[in-house]
Amino acid sequence: MTAATTALPPPAGKPSTTTYIRYELIRAFRNKRFMIFSLVFPLVLFFLIAGPNRNAHLGGINFATYYMAGMLGYGSMAAVLAGGARIAQERSVGWHRQIRITPLSTRTYFATKIASGYAIACLSIILLYAAGMSLGVRLSALHWLEMTGYVLVALIPFSIIGIAMGHLLPVDSMGPALGGITALFAILGGAWGPIAQHGWLNSVVQVLPSYWLVQAAHSAVTGQAWPAKAWIVIAVWTVAAVRITVRIYGRDTNRV
Amino acid sequence: MLIQPSPKSQVGTAGISLTDLHKSFGEVRAVRGIDIDIAPGETVAILGPNGAGKSTTIDMLLGLSRPDQGSVRLFGMDPRAAVAEGAIGAMLQTGSLIPQLSIRELVTLMASLYPRPMPVDQVLTLTGLTEVADRRTEKLSGGQTQRVRFALAIVADPELLVLDEPTVALDVEGRREFWAAMRNFARSGKTVVFATHYLEEADAFADRIILMARGCIVADGSTSEIKARVGMKTIKATLPGASTTELSALPGAASAEMHGDTAIITCNDSDSALRALLPQYPAARDIEVLGASLEDAFVALTDDDPSITMNPQEASR
Repeated sequence: MTAATTALPPPAGKPSTTTYIRYELIRAFRNKRFMIFSLVFPLVLFFLIAGPNRNAHLGGINFATYYMAGMLGYGSMAAVLAGGARIAQERSVGWHRQIRITPLSTRTYFATKIASGYAIACLSIILLYAAGMSLGVRLSALHWLEMTGYVLVALIPFSIIGIAMGHLLPVDSMGPALGGITALFAILGGAWGPIAQHGWLNSVVQVLPSYWLVQAAHSAVTGQAWPAKAWIVIAVWTVAAVRITVRIYGRDTNRV
Repeated sequence: MLIQPSPKSQVGTAGISLTDLHKSFGEVRAVRGIDIDIAPGETVAILGPNGAGKSTTIDMLLGLSRPDQGSVRLFGMDPRAAVAEGAIGAMLQTGSLIPQLSIRELVTLMASLYPRPMPVDQVLTLTGLTEVADRRTEKLSGGQTQRVRFALAIVADPELLVLDEPTVALDVEGRREFWAAMRNFARSGKTVVFATHYLEEADAFADRIILMARGCIVADGSTSEIKARVGMKTIKATLPGASTTELSALPGAASAEMHGDTAIITCNDSDSALRALLPQYPAARDIEVLGASLEDAFVALTDDDPSITMNPQEASR
C-alpha cells in the first residue's frame, strides 16, 4: 500500500448507538449483584412491611398503596443511582479510557448511561406496581400514569448523580457509598415512612429531590399534584448535577 | 540526536506529527520536549525503560491527556477529530475487559461505535479468537484477554494502530500468539506505533525505533541504524592484574569492567582497542569480541548524554 491510499476515506455515515445501548442493558441484566440491589431489595422490603399491614390505613390511605409509593421512590432511585456502580466497575478495568478513543461522543455516552439507568428503573417500577396490585392496590389508569410520569421526571437528577459517583469513586467504595446515599435520600425523602411533616426539618427535606420523588409517587394516592417548588428543586438539582458531572468526567482520563 | 527517517517516511503525506511535546505531573517532568514524525504505513517502536515517558507520550498522542506545551496532529487532524473519524485504534497499557459480555458481544459492541468497522468474524479470525468467541470476558487467560484487547483496537480498521506495551504481562507463548495476530493485521499496511520495553520486540516488529529515556528521545532510526550509530562491541578477555583505568584508556575503548581476572571492555572501535590491548597485555587469553545487543546500545546512548542523566552515580559510571 502506498502513502497516497492511506488518506482517510469519506465517512460512511454515523455509527448507530442502538447496539451500544442494547449491550449496556444486557450487561446490567447479567450483573446479579446490581439486579438484586436495584430490583429485588425494594420488592422484598415492600412485601415484608406492606404484606402484614395490607389492610391498615395511614392518614386515610391504604397502607399497601402508601408503602408501594414509598418503595417506588426508593427502588427507582436505587436503580438509577446504581448505574454509578457499573461505571466504577468499567473504570476499574480502564474502559473509560478505551471508550474515549472511540468515536462515541460524550453526549451519547451520557445518554446511554441515563437510558440504561431509566430502563432498569422502569423495570423496578413495573415490578413494584405488580407487587402492589397483588396486595390489593387499586388506582385509576390516569393515576397510574400520573404517578409514573412524575416519578420519571424526579429521577433525572439521581440518574446524573449516579454517573458522577461512578466517575469519582473507586469501585471498592461504591457499595457503601451508594448504599449510604440511597438510604439517606430515601429516609430524608420519606420513602420509608413520613418524616418531619412540620417545622424546620420539613423545610430542609423539601429541598431534596428525593422528597419530591416520594411526593410524586404519593401524588396519585393523595391527589396532590406537584407544586411549583417541586419543579424548581428538581431543575436546580439537575443543573447542578450536570455541571459537576461534566467537570468530573472531563478530568477522569487517568489510568486507574 | 539525529532524526533519521526510514526510507518509507519520505513519501509520506500527512502522517503523525508530535511537535515539541511537554508534560509534567507536579514535579515530575514526564515528557520534556519531544518531536516525532511518522509517515503513513510505518511501524514504529517506542522503546524505553519504565518511566521513560512512553505511556505519557501515547496518552497525548491519543488525546487522552493534553500536553502542557506542543502539538499533536494525526493525519492532519487534532487527536479528538481523528478519534471521532474512527481513524485510531488503540490498546492501552492498563486495563482489562468489561465483564458480563462474551468476546463476540464485546467486539460487536465496539464495532458498532465506528463508521467503517471490520467485520466481527474477520477480527475474531485475525486475532485467533474464533473458537473462544462465546466465552465470557471474565473467564479468559491473560493471553486471550490481551488478544481481545487487540481485537478491540483493530475492529475500527484504523489508519493508525497504537499499542502501549501490548505484551507486558504475557508469558512467552502468549507473546508469540500476540505477535502472530499483530503480523496478520500489520500486513494491511497500516501505521502502527507501539511502546515496549522488550528490545527483541522492537527489533523484530518495527521498521523504526524511537528510543526514549527520562522523557527525551535519545535515538530515532531503523534498528540497524541505531546499532550502527552506536557501533558498540565488547571485548571480553582474561587479563590477570589489569586495571579498569588502564583498560578504559585504550584507544577505541569507552569503558571497562573487571570481574575477577575477566575484563569486559566496551568499545566504540573494537579493532583499535584490540590492537592496543595485545602488546600491552601479552598474557591476555580467552579473547572474544562480541557484537552489541540493543540493550548495550540503549545503555550507551542513555548514559553518554549528561542532559538526560539525573542520577550522579549513573553519570560517573
